[in-house]
Amino acid sequence: MDTSSSSLSQSQLSHQLSQPLPSDQTAALQGQPSPALIGLLQGSRLIKDKLAAASMLFLTIGSSLMIFLIALQLYQRSRPILAMKGLAELLFSSSWRPLRGEFGFFPFIMGTLWVTAVAVIIAVPLCLLTAIYLSEYAPRMVREWARPLVDLLAGIPSVVYGLWGILVIVPLIKNYIAPAFGTFSTGYSVLAAGIVLAIMIFPVIIHVSVEVFGSIPYEMREAALSLGATGWQTVKYVVLRKAMPGIIAAVVLGLSRAFGETMAVLMVAGNVARVPSSLLGPAYPLPALIANSYGEMLSVPLYDSALLLASLILLAIVLLFNILSRLILIRVERNIQ
Amino acid sequence: MDRGKKSMNRWTIINRKKIEERIFKCLMVASSLIILAVLLLILATVIVRGLPTLSLAMLTQVPRGGYYLGQGGGVANAIVGSLLVCAGAIGLAIMLSLPTVLYLNVYARKSSPFASFTRFSFDVLWGVPSIVYGAFGFAIMLFFGLRTSLLGGILAVTFLILPIMSRTMDEVVRMVPAELLEVSYCLGATKLEAALRVVIRQSLPGLLTAVLIAFGRGVGDAASVMFTAGFTDYIPTSLLRPAATLPLAIFFQLGTPIPEVQNRAYACAFILTVIILMISVGSRLLSRKFTKHNLR
Repeated sequence: MDTSSSSLSQSQLSHQLSQPLPSDQTAALQGQPSPALIGLLQGSRLIKDKLAAASMLFLTIGSSLMIFLIALQLYQRSRPILAMKGLAELLFSSSWRPLRGEFGFFPFIMGTLWVTAVAVIIAVPLCLLTAIYLSEYAPRMVREWARPLVDLLAGIPSVVYGLWGILVIVPLIKNYIAPAFGTFSTGYSVLAAGIVLAIMIFPVIIHVSVEVFGSIPYEMREAALSLGATGWQTVKYVVLRKAMPGIIAAVVLGLSRAFGETMAVLMVAGNVARVPSSLLGPAYPLPALIANSYGEMLSVPLYDSALLLASLILLAIVLLFNILSRLILIRVERNIQ
Repeated sequence: MDRGKKSMNRWTIINRKKIEERIFKCLMVASSLIILAVLLLILATVIVRGLPTLSLAMLTQVPRGGYYLGQGGGVANAIVGSLLVCAGAIGLAIMLSLPTVLYLNVYARKSSPFASFTRFSFDVLWGVPSIVYGAFGFAIMLFFGLRTSLLGGILAVTFLILPIMSRTMDEVVRMVPAELLEVSYCLGATKLEAALRVVIRQSLPGLLTAVLIAFGRGVGDAASVMFTAGFTDYIPTSLLRPAATLPLAIFFQLGTPIPEVQNRAYACAFILTVIILMISVGSRLLSRKFTKHNLR
């Protein structure tokens, strides 16, 4: 049955192939293409395929080299300042006086690290507990409502978070938290920036960790529960251990988001070019520096070069994060299996 | 006696694990509530402060003279500018990322080191701060001798959303079953035809979602357009004119000392949030609507 139908279609095909050359195109459109035309069509299809493959490969290579292009371009632009000063001096000097040609990035690098650290310390425990609650304990209704809500909030622009930080967090620190510790603070501080950043990365970390917890096979939990473990013990000894690589990935994602966040931090961090001395003091992270001084950068010599060097430093740190987390992930995954 | 002690021990252990369970459950519920409360508070703040100032004039007029001192006008320049920048960037990014994703999934071998390197580089690019893209866009503009313009903004936002779009699309296209491709090859299709007619059709809802996610990210980002698109009170008439964008409009209006203008910043934040929520909800509905044509 099967073979007969296929041979039939083959004979039809060969019949069509043996038709004489049509005089005009309408004949070809009516389903009687000439061998030459078929050959041409086949050929053109193959040529199209080859062409598409080549151009797609070209685009793919292009976009995979983009990271190098960015690094190269930023390096090219920051060479004037690197030629004037040593990299060590630029990185570890604390004097920032662009008008006198002194560009020390140390206060800004420290500011970035402080703010990011505060954000991660606040966000990670809260987010992990919430993610565990959502994926292990929460009733179905809550889960189905929570996930889209978290995703919606991930889309809120950072300026809005900054706005909210000025309106709520800054006065809170100024009027309540700083007096409680017996000090004075304007409210525009490391702590304010850290809190705003933590809130910004909540949705990212929660989304990824819920996804990770969801991918752990249910049988593993059942095995633990049937051995008499409580819900929390199951989470502690089975789920968390199995999910460790995914959790690390989630935290790194949140970390790099917090690290490079510009506008929200710029609005609440205080922006004083000094190495931060306390949580309630101001900081001036790198991204805020770049965004804040673009207005004057073309009027002061070497200023633009210094700012592009700052972006290069940011890029380098992000690269370092990524490679490190990759290595940790590979090691952790090997340990689990 | 000994036995009684043992059973006591067991009881305390069971009690301890029950107490631990209680404590952690309380902590979890508390942290979930804190996060929920904070996120709702943000939405509420934007709505409460922004909605009263919002008016038709804000949506349809460009700033008049003295707008930043509390005079009349609106932010149509920023709304249109934001949409133009994003639409251009989305177009460019689709033209770059769709072929890349199709190449990685249809042409490249599954375990090719080139493909995994490309994916890794996109992962790294995803984590690169948007201000770096802004600076990079600025450096490129210096290279070509461009001034702040719509074109510069489009380029910077394209760089910003390219990795997001490519990685999201890649995840979607990867889900297309290999059998579908094999069947189309068996029918004599070339790889290109299989890619265009089978893979794209099968993964269309996911691709659209990827585009919308990228759009949401692009429309809300201020740092990348700051150097590149500039700011202006007019709606851009050509690619080489500067363009205003909503996030920057919020930022600048907030910088003024006049409370009325600051309230307009909240109104702009409200507009921006509504745009993004609409996109988000839209992408959900779209993906639901288009999945019904899919083969499973």
